[in-house]
Amino acid sequence: MSGPQVGDPEAVPIAVDADVVRVRQAVRALAQTARLSLVDQTKFVTAASELARNTLVYGGGGEAVLTLVSDARRTGVRVRFSDDGPGIADLDLAMTDGYTSGNGLGLGLSGARRLVETFTIDTAPGAGTRIEITSWSR
Amino acid sequence: MESVPILKIGRTLLVSIQVDLQDHTALQLQEDLADRITSTGARGVLIDISGLEIVDSFIGRMLASIASISRVLDATTVVVGMRPAVAITMVELGLSLGGVRTALDVEKGLRLLDVEEDDAEHLLLDPDGTEAE
Repeated sequence: MSGPQVGDPEAVPIAVDADVVRVRQAVRALAQTARLSLVDQTKFVTAASELARNTLVYGGGGEAVLTLVSDARRTGVRVRFSDDGPGIADLDLAMTDGYTSGNGLGLGLSGARRLVETFTIDTAPGAGTRIEITSWSR
Repeated sequence: MESVPILKIGRTLLVSIQVDLQDHTALQLQEDLADRITSTGARGVLIDISGLEIVDSFIGRMLASIASISRVLDATTVVVGMRPAVAITMVELGLSLGGVRTALDVEKGLRLLDVEEDDAEHLLLDPDGTEAE
């Protein structure tokens, strides 16, 4: 966890296809408020889109909680994705480029991690998955 | 349900994606395009993505699939109008869009399709340049 939150957390449920779009739009708005550069906004929203889809497809649905954060000199945006799905048994494998347990490209988790400044994941078989991503203004 | 309109100009199908695509809308577009290519005999598909703020792995896969499907149906796909931030993000994500032709804007994309079409017609000529029977 980096920096105290400055905004009220905003929860967006992820239960249907259209919710992935809603998460993207809410994350885009908050990343603009946090004054991320255009490229950093685009990277962060793309990562959020991958993770929201994972929450829906692999986690069976869940939610995204968005928070505006700040430290002494920067503002940032943090999103926490959580689901009560089956969890991930082999995390190293799941984080490998090209590996997929479904029919995607296998870039979701590994790609999302490359697109954000900090990425933390907490998962276990039968215990769901919680992923938190944060990026900051420059 | 929202869907993406497909315009026909000559032998080219033009798609301009102006909405934030839901996954099922993207899949629907893929099917609609395959149908329109076969029903119209179109030789080119131009997809304008200047309205897209992001291209994630799902949308990227859709673009690659459309290019493959149209190739099998004897049409060429050109993706145009990608924003610079989207290009940077896609490459970092690991999406290369291999096999997808791209051009900077609609005009350049149409020119690329014209060139392809001319080349295809030249194949109908024999090496002496006279019309084949």
